[in-house]
Amino acid sequence: MASKKNRPSTEVNAGSMADIAFLLLIFFLVTTTMANDKGIAMLLPPKPDPNQPPPEVKENDRNIFKIQANSKDLLLVEDEPLTDVEELKPMIKEFILNFGRPSEDAMQVYNDLPAPMKSFVSAYGRKSTSSDGPDKAIVSFKADRGTSYELYITVLDEVNAAYNEVYGERIGKTAQEFLQLDQKDPEQKKLYDQARSGMPRAISIAEPTKIGG
Amino acid sequence: MGKFKKSSGTSQEIPTAALPDIIFMLLFFFMVTTVMRETELLVEQHLPRATQLSKIERKSLVSYIYIGPPKNAATFGTEPKIQVNDVFITPKDVVQFVNTEKDKLSEVERDQITMSMKVDIEAKMGIVADVQQELREANARKVLYSSLQGMDNQ
Repeated sequence: MASKKNRPSTEVNAGSMADIAFLLLIFFLVTTTMANDKGIAMLLPPKPDPNQPPPEVKENDRNIFKIQANSKDLLLVEDEPLTDVEELKPMIKEFILNFGRPSEDAMQVYNDLPAPMKSFVSAYGRKSTSSDGPDKAIVSFKADRGTSYELYITVLDEVNAAYNEVYGERIGKTAQEFLQLDQKDPEQKKLYDQARSGMPRAISIAEPTKIGG
Repeated sequence: MGKFKKSSGTSQEIPTAALPDIIFMLLFFFMVTTVMRETELLVEQHLPRATQLSKIERKSLVSYIYIGPPKNAATFGTEPKIQVNDVFITPKDVVQFVNTEKDKLSEVERDQITMSMKVDIEAKMGIVADVQQELREANARKVLYSSLQGMDNQ
């Protein structure tokens, strides 16, 4: 009966639980990295069929916006040297939104544009020397094997920014908002398709030259 | 009333019974939001900065290719190299690597495989182009140039 007085409590001692959990927590903190995988998405062209000769390029020169980079990281845009990469975006936007000789599809695209874009096109987008229409416009980028990857990404980013801004403007959003559209959501998917219809993101990455000059 | 007077003899300790729960909550948060570091990097990785980034939709479809100058310059030199999993490979081995990665996926998903290229800014386009040529050969055409969020200058 005397022993009943100092009988220990029947509860399980959980005081060290926190220590164990802390240990696990620290283990996970150390061994893991936050998932931060973001990047510029690209689709490579399919591999050439050896039985078929490469298709002849029928596109008119005016429909191709040429960007070239050499091994010294110098840019040649539409056969003119360019020092400031940031000038590329407005140039490409103007190029995409040029309705030089619009086809029927391109006229449809034009009619669907929001008012501010229409006035932009009326002001700048009637040059017959530039692209025939957004459906025909191609941006071509050719780098050298010695071009730095940093410049390659910078240029690719500018080209994508130009396209995304045009897409965004069509549906009254910014480029970033356009990028964040979730394609699994039917409503947002509809907006996404609406923004891209009739304006393919035609970026052509040519095989690098080996000149090194 | 007399009953209540007894309670004045409570101990002055702070109850720590909820502490394990709080810590467990933190633990689960970190377990869910983080991924295991899959490979030990053998190459330098200073990713470029870009503004037009898109997220990876499904992580299970992604394989990684690391390109950059080796960390251990004394052994491997300073020229950028290609690393997959834990080894250096030559551009010729890329096709084989892609095929092993494709085998891990179920048959319907094989064409949707995305290659995440983690390329150091020091690398030149030559090596990147070689890898891309092999990726076309292996029919893994979806590529993601992994980059960091840069300043938006609009």
